[in-house]
Amino acid sequence: MTTETLQAPVPRTPLQEFWHYFSSNKGAVAGLAFIIFICFMAIFADVVAPHSPSDQARDALLLPPAWLEGGNWVYILGTDDVGRDILSRLIHGARLSLAVGMVAVTASLLMGILMGLVAGYCKGVIDTVIMRIVDIMLAMPSLLLAIAIVAILGPSIVNAALAISIVSLPHYVRLTRAATMSEMSRDYVTSSRVIGASPLRLMFVCILPNCVAPLIVQATLGFSTAILDMAALGFLGLGAQPPTPEWGSMLADALQFVQRAWWVVTFPGLMILITVLAFNLMGDGLRDALDPKLKQ
Amino acid sequence: MFQFIFRRLSLVIPTFIGITLLTFTLIRLIPGDPIEVMAGERGVSAERHAELSAQLGFDQPLYIQYFNYVSGVLQGDLGNSLVTREPVLSEFLALFPATIELTFCAAIFAILVGLPAGIIAAVKRGTLFDHSVMTFSLTGYSMPVFWWALLLMLIFSVNLGWTPVSGRIDVVYWIDNVTGFMLIDSILSGEEGAFSSAASHLILPSIVLGTIPMAVIARMTRSSMLEVLSEDYIRTARAKGIAPWRVIVIHALRNALIPVITVIGLQVGILLSGAILTETVFAWPGIGKWLIESIGRRDYPVVQGGILIVATIIIVVNLLVDIAYGIVNPRIRHSR
Repeated sequence: MTTETLQAPVPRTPLQEFWHYFSSNKGAVAGLAFIIFICFMAIFADVVAPHSPSDQARDALLLPPAWLEGGNWVYILGTDDVGRDILSRLIHGARLSLAVGMVAVTASLLMGILMGLVAGYCKGVIDTVIMRIVDIMLAMPSLLLAIAIVAILGPSIVNAALAISIVSLPHYVRLTRAATMSEMSRDYVTSSRVIGASPLRLMFVCILPNCVAPLIVQATLGFSTAILDMAALGFLGLGAQPPTPEWGSMLADALQFVQRAWWVVTFPGLMILITVLAFNLMGDGLRDALDPKLKQ
Repeated sequence: MFQFIFRRLSLVIPTFIGITLLTFTLIRLIPGDPIEVMAGERGVSAERHAELSAQLGFDQPLYIQYFNYVSGVLQGDLGNSLVTREPVLSEFLALFPATIELTFCAAIFAILVGLPAGIIAAVKRGTLFDHSVMTFSLTGYSMPVFWWALLLMLIFSVNLGWTPVSGRIDVVYWIDNVTGFMLIDSILSGEEGAFSSAASHLILPSIVLGTIPMAVIARMTRSSMLEVLSEDYIRTARAKGIAPWRVIVIHALRNALIPVITVIGLQVGILLSGAILTETVFAWPGIGKWLIESIGRRDYPVVQGGILIVATIIIVVNLLVDIAYGIVNPRIRHSR
């Protein structure tokens, strides 16, 4: 007779638990997969791209995509009005868009966390002043504010990234402040304070790690806003300047060829749409996986 | 109720002061000397510089400059355009009807499509229809407006020839400017075919501008409706034997619409900033196109004034939405 040993179920680590909930959302996984794919393209753009983004093939102007009549498999997605390979420009544009998204999200995340923590921790006058500033910024449509900032500083990628990070600041401030205020009343914060932890330690070591979940979700969604706003600024001629291969300014350059060459307009826009959609899908999935209220 | 309105109004004043501070600072943040920037490449002599400086008040202390600016703004004086020499306010008022017409039609489109889609998706939860609505709305929400405009233009105007490419009306019509709204003016003109021409010019821009609000409204309506449909009183109503459509339309919708109304109000900001992109693509002569062109021409008083007016409009609309929300929902009115 054999004795069967029953094993107690191994409790999942937080990471496993997170993946369990996250992977049950098919859209979120698809979004994540696309983001990994596009990050790969962006990092290895020099190797992956079949051509240089600025090489002009004078004998192949406005060439249609390869599968159409007149297309050439050397230029899979066709060429633009000065004979640059569209696929290569899209791949290099991914590098730019992701970099701008990264810079804008990091900058506004850092500033937002700092302002939100201080407002939530100090309360009183400092809180009122910070929140009034945030309210004013929220009263302006983000694109309009970004346009105003770029109009003053002058059009360039760096200024556009700066404008986008300023514009998305209010959301991070509000989130951090709300989370900080709810954590402040917890016992563990009180006990840390009684032990003699300094305000800085309380803010950054005790409270901040417990506010991270909503910030991760917001940062993911912030990426999609940053890419969209960057493209809009580029399209209006206020972001990246030609010949930089940026998706929005690629569209603006192609405007006059809409009627003759649909591909120069279609592919950059499609790239923006799919990338933004991927970040939104992943953000939704992260929210479901990280929000304990929905975790049942 | 009055107390609620008063409390809400008192919050608007600091915001408005902040906005004027912002637009006031904007023009002073331009790198370099503002007068030389305004003068452009010709440059100005030292005497003319001093004269202009005094004329524009740049020689006075900053707080006096700000005070003069705000008192001017409150009297409707937003300065003159550097290019046309016209007052900024009158230029704005001449172009604003075109933008209102466009945003109004876009809002109608967004509500007419978004609201029913959200309701049906919630009622038929988990079906193919529900999934399609959610997919479409997330796609619409992620849509780059300017590309969407180009794509629709390419398909419907260039390839199919169903709608005109750009502008507000065919050049063959000469419409007197009575109200500034092309749809109304074209009827008043009595010219045959003028109205349908004006309407056909509105279709694509309205759809483009209304896409993101439509997606937001559909998502919000669906989640709000789902919440209400799981309430006890809905089960009671169903148990009483009330017709299913009546439960949904009369019992559930009334409560589900409260958050949706707020969201619709909040779309005004999205519509006005989306109008900047839409108007640029469709050559729509409204304030969005005007602002972008002014930035290109470095016409700073116009940029400053335009941003101030648009921000003020959004503040006022948000205030009205809040008050309307307080009227519909007593819980908000009485909470602090």
